[in-house]
Amino acid sequence: MTATPAHNTKVMNRFDLTRRLVAKLKDEAVIGGIGNTNFDLWAAGHRPQNFYMLGSMGLAFPIALGVALAQPKRRVFALEGDGSLLMQLGCLATIAAQAPKNLTMVVMDNGIYQITGSQPTPAAGHTDIVAIAAASGLANSSWAADEDDFERLIEQSMTVAAPTLIGVRIDDKPGTGTTRRDPVQIRERFMHGMGVRQPL
Amino acid sequence: MAASAEQSSAQKPAQAATTWHGIVLETLKRNEIRLVPYVPDRVLTTLIKNLHADPYFTTFPTAREEEAVGIVSGAWMAGTRGAVLMQTSGFATLANVLASLAVPYQIPLIMFVSERGTLGEFNYGQALVCRTMRPVLDSLAVEHHTITRLDELEFIADRSIKQAVTTQAPVALILSPLLTGGKVFDK
Repeated sequence: MTATPAHNTKVMNRFDLTRRLVAKLKDEAVIGGIGNTNFDLWAAGHRPQNFYMLGSMGLAFPIALGVALAQPKRRVFALEGDGSLLMQLGCLATIAAQAPKNLTMVVMDNGIYQITGSQPTPAAGHTDIVAIAAASGLANSSWAADEDDFERLIEQSMTVAAPTLIGVRIDDKPGTGTTRRDPVQIRERFMHGMGVRQPL
Repeated sequence: MAASAEQSSAQKPAQAATTWHGIVLETLKRNEIRLVPYVPDRVLTTLIKNLHADPYFTTFPTAREEEAVGIVSGAWMAGTRGAVLMQTSGFATLANVLASLAVPYQIPLIMFVSERGTLGEFNYGQALVCRTMRPVLDSLAVEHHTITRLDELEFIADRSIKQAVTTQAPVALILSPLLTGGKVFDK
């Protein structure tokens, strides 16, 4: 396969895209990957259905798969950075095999490890993450051409009976906010948001 | 002993299990653990086959053990209990996810680890990596038990699962070759 980097897609902004996604949500779950991805999710407005990762780089999609399997009637979104996904590419095959109908994955691809000093990832400039996803068996994988296309793909993902992966090229801006690093509260609030627990 | 255990067929539901893998399967079921992702191990073959054959369970392979940990963590937060099956060398890939997800978020991660690297190991790498397992668990103060006897298996597994759930803490149940027969040099 010829490498087809997303050269026709607009370079967008993570926080802007995250706000556009969150604005569409009601009770859907959102799993925010390590670092800037969940910082921008936090900054877009905390909601109890959000889960913020404070480590375990690369596990946003597996965690989201677990939520999606446990609650097949709830739509689950997962936001992950390109560097994070590179750590756990095998999960794309696992998700393709399980094929949850209620899972939408977004890969925020800027080709750099922004948070550690903007070093390029080994994939930068030549590896097409959407092509990897498609080749992993996730047929419903595509790059978002611009913001309107991103919103269209998000809405489309909520109506198809297969997992969706959306690649977005983003700029090199850091996250807008900083998630409060309280793992127990994050987990407890998320469980309230998922309706499996009531507050004490 | 190992050979006969491996060749046993699936347990009939009405009868109490008499093999280690039958007891593990029934104990999972009794504790409503439905989701069992795994990275396989020769010793776990019959257990995995029987989990797949039982419609109560959702069980499937993952590419890495930490992926399976992520899956059961997400599922638990959304109301479904899970457990992860792996072998010793797979556990060695988990220090980061234990320290940054399972332990700090207080997730009752239930791990069954088939123990390689001891009591007749033929692969030096397995023998070495086995020695890292308990120090990693101890350094994070993660509860763990090494199960060596069939007559103790149900008690240890059942109580440990209940403790993990009620105290919201991970547990590793290490299945010793003394229990399973282990993997012996064959080729």
